[in-house]
Amino acid sequence: MILVFCELKDGQLRKPSAEALSEGRRLADASGKQLGALFVGASCAGAADAAKYGADAILTAEGGTLASYSSDAFAQVVADAVKAKGATVLLAAATAVGKDVAPRAAARLAAGYASDVTGLSMVDGKLQAVRPVYAGKAFATTSFASAVQVATTRPNVFPAAEKAGAGAAEALATPTGDFKSVVKEILAKAGGKVDLSEANVIVSGGRGMKDGANFKLLEDFADAIGGVVGASRAAVDAGWGLPHSMQVGQTGKVVSPTLYIACGISGAIQHIAGMSGSKFIVAINKDPEAPIFKLASYGIVGDLFEVVPELTKAAKAMGIGSN
Amino acid sequence: MKILVALKQVPDTESRIKVAADGRSLDPADVKWITSPYDEYALEEAIRIKEAKGAEVVALSVGTDAAKDVLKNALALGADTAVLLKGDGQGDAFAVAQMIAAYVKDKGFDLILCGNKGLGGDNAAMGPMLAELLGVAQANVVVKLELGDGTFSAERETDGGSELVVGALPAVITAQKGLNEPRYASLKGIMAAKKKTIEELDAAPAVAGAQVSALALPPERPAGRKLEGEPAAQAQALLQALKDEAKVF
Ligand SMILES: Cc1cc2nc3c(=O)[nH]c(=O)nc-3n(C[C@H](O)[C@H](O)[C@H](O)COP(=O)(O)OP(=O)(O)OC[C@H]3O[C@@H](n4cnc5c(N)ncnc54)[C@H](O)[C@@H]3O)c2cc1C
Repeated sequence: MILVFCELKDGQLRKPSAEALSEGRRLADASGKQLGALFVGASCAGAADAAKYGADAILTAEGGTLASYSSDAFAQVVADAVKAKGATVLLAAATAVGKDVAPRAAARLAAGYASDVTGLSMVDGKLQAVRPVYAGKAFATTSFASAVQVATTRPNVFPAAEKAGAGAAEALATPTGDFKSVVKEILAKAGGKVDLSEANVIVSGGRGMKDGANFKLLEDFADAIGGVVGASRAAVDAGWGLPHSMQVGQTGKVVSPTLYIACGISGAIQHIAGMSGSKFIVAINKDPEAPIFKLASYGIVGDLFEVVPELTKAAKAMGIGSN
Repeated sequence: MKILVALKQVPDTESRIKVAADGRSLDPADVKWITSPYDEYALEEAIRIKEAKGAEVVALSVGTDAAKDVLKNALALGADTAVLLKGDGQGDAFAVAQMIAAYVKDKGFDLILCGNKGLGGDNAAMGPMLAELLGVAQANVVVKLELGDGTFSAERETDGGSELVVGALPAVITAQKGLNEPRYASLKGIMAAKKKTIEELDAAPAVAGAQVSALALPPERPAGRKLEGEPAAQAQALLQALKDEAKVF
């Protein structure tokens, strides 16, 4: 079996989990295996959605002790499920929880782990992963020596493809409690909008924005085209009141949207490390020599304070965000 | 209190990346090696705990003789002692976690700090794997850490937000930017470090997990195009191209 650790948000399957499931389905078909979806928590209502993405079996470890996330408890449940089902491949989306639980579960299973992968395949019955390394300057193919193979899939890279599965439900045992660590409190939630790492369109601002208040220009444009606003480290570190959660790059978020629009960002390698996986890159910069133009599918040499308002106006006129 | 800081030597991001003749490793010719920046936050946190409450700080790296630079720097910054586990510290995170676990076992560490990922390899795996092998608590991608009596409370970054993790010591905490501002080594520190020796041990044998079997340069991005004209015309042309050519909208 190929087992996919899935996450729910407000009773719905998270998009990165749907993507991991779809990729799991593809790999299961390629290797003649079953696909299992695993849910862990106090309530797994909504787990049935996994059948839409091809899950043959839907496993739920549902219990009060699992109401708050605990790294060790979740890793134990996940590893136990892998063993119980004789699964050889374990996938999770490379989310905050996925990246926390998957390597710990892997160690428990004496398994190798490939994180944040952008490509997966089955070669001679074993998983093989491709992942960007060295700030996106190279791609590493990862092969596994272990019997069980564990990987997390980068959000927004694998398409979520609907395909009906049997979705046979099965309840798993839950641990009794006494965990080594537990999440006591959610301190800050992502705003109403999707998180950067899941966003399809990102409008980012850099030092060229000159002031935090000017990010309103980007908000307006992003709203008009259905995007989310990000920032370079220079902008986050400038004391403009932008949270670190907005930062794109090596020490920030790694994003892979369909469209990334960089406004007043020079294109330092540490910034590129976080966004070179974008399908289309647009650069708006007054310096025609800025390195960001080397990556850009479309470039506008100009003053962002003139160009961005025109973009917002044109987007509204063309009715772009309204579909 | 006894703290272990695990540090990894990594290629500087600015280094030119060339694939070696074996097709699976980095050609070291033009590579400048540095301490992974996330590990610098981990070390700084250990030194701050030492300054605030008193602690013994042991710096450890898995690697070749070259990794001694990382350890010398850690000593100069304030680590009390340093250990080099001679082995392959660049490849398999599971193997490295086993090597460190074998060293750590029964030495009475209360806290193990490392970066949330090694720069470049970006596996983000060694810390949680080590925590599991040692059977202790973990908190990853931590931007704020407080220690109580045999307990910790850590703020960690999540998808677009943050959460508070509480747990029991010993624990593995992996550091993220924001945890602190690492200091620079003082001349006094550098001189004092020169007198200290680095303990060298052979890393314990480890079972292999996953390994890089091929390394390749990314495909070139197709050449882009600049949109000319007045701002209004540029804006119009861009959105039209994104709609008609790229089909983004
Ligand atoms: C260890 C390490 C980690 C790092 N991690 C990250 C990271 O995660 N993310 C990150 O982004 N950086 C990171 N950096 C920093 C990185 O090296 C750069 O310093 C940073 O990305 C620069 O941000 P910027 O492009 O906004 O600023 P700058 O490089 O100063 O560029 C500003 C650009 O704005 C343009 N501009 C100015 N005014 C206008 C205008 N009116 N209209 C149009 N264009 C204008 C300028 O021409 C210039 O190109 C890291 C650095 C280190 C050492």
